[in-house]
Amino acid sequence: MTSIPLHGANPVPEISISPEALSRGRVLAILSITVFLALAAYYFVGVDEGMTSLFGKTMVIHEWVHDSRHFLGFPCH
Amino acid sequence: MEIRTILRGAGAGAIAGVLAFVFARIFAEPVINKAIDYESGRDDVLAALNKAAGRTVAPDGPEIFSRGIQSTVGIATGLIAFSAAMGALLAVAYLVMHGRFRIRPRALVWMLAAYGFFGVFLLPYVKYPANPPAIGHTFTIVQRGHLYLVMVAASLILLAAAVVLARRLARRYTMTTAVVISAVAFLVGYGVLIGLLPSLGDLSANVAATNQFGYARAATETPQPIVNILSTPITVGGVTYQPGQLVYPGFDADVLWKFRWYSLLNQVLIWTTIALVFGALLERFLAAGGRQKKNKRAETPTPAPTEEPVPTA
Repeated sequence: MTSIPLHGANPVPEISISPEALSRGRVLAILSITVFLALAAYYFVGVDEGMTSLFGKTMVIHEWVHDSRHFLGFPCH
Repeated sequence: MEIRTILRGAGAGAIAGVLAFVFARIFAEPVINKAIDYESGRDDVLAALNKAAGRTVAPDGPEIFSRGIQSTVGIATGLIAFSAAMGALLAVAYLVMHGRFRIRPRALVWMLAAYGFFGVFLLPYVKYPANPPAIGHTFTIVQRGHLYLVMVAASLILLAAAVVLARRLARRYTMTTAVVISAVAFLVGYGVLIGLLPSLGDLSANVAATNQFGYARAATETPQPIVNILSTPITVGGVTYQPGQLVYPGFDADVLWKFRWYSLLNQVLIWTTIALVFGALLERFLAAGGRQKKNKRAETPTPAPTEEPVPTA
């Protein structure tokens, strides 16, 4: 929201839609993407290369986050 | 507005993750190292026993990264990623829920964080608690993974249902009655849930494994003492063990307790930090006008800074 400088001591702020306001659809998209990314992080920290594996039977991610997987309470070997 | 709120949630989560990493370095890693020492010793004994008895020897797990990597950047990655993800989810939950309750924004954030702590961690943990390395059989990881995720999902659903029920009942009864009824309903539902889901020791693969060295019948997968289960003496490393004689002790109960206690404290630390930091960041953000940069209207402070009505009492 921007205010136009007017003469006088008390400028009336222009009423307009904030340029940062997002449409309903965009809000929905942003929330969905966030949820997807967060669940992906949860999955890769806690589940991948254990119960299921997205990228083949490697153990790289599993071994990298191994200690945190145990410590956060996920089932592990 | 939405993106900035989410960034604040994820940022609060990242801060929580860093604190959790410091906590884990100090408290968890010594316990994890003890557990791994036990596991190594146990695996050596099992391999020697199985070899001496002419049974199949289980292969070792892979060692892709050194313990030095796993116990530093490895655990930091996992803790920070998990915490940031939970912070982002909390921000999404806030954006979906805000404006529906007559409470301060930060109070809503705190309640949602409590919901997350109980649903994502504590309620599943009661049934399937955190285990250090050495606990958890490789051949049951699929069932254990499914059971754990079912427990997380069911906990979140039951808890949400209890809150909805309490709000419905509060229209007809007093708040106390509504909360007590829904709490009892929740405990009944939760009790049925943890009663129906199997104990890990009762999984068919674990029952089937009881005829092997080191796998006695038990309620959990916590390593049992290794005894000579054969009907004849067995000689391993120059020592002869009679039938039924102890070869290697079970998992140290104190190490297990410490690991689980620290795991619980670590999650308390994560969710509390997310709640406090995100709550504070959010209210500061909303007080600054939400949609505009602070410096633009610094000279005209808005009288009602928060998005939601602040209770007057």
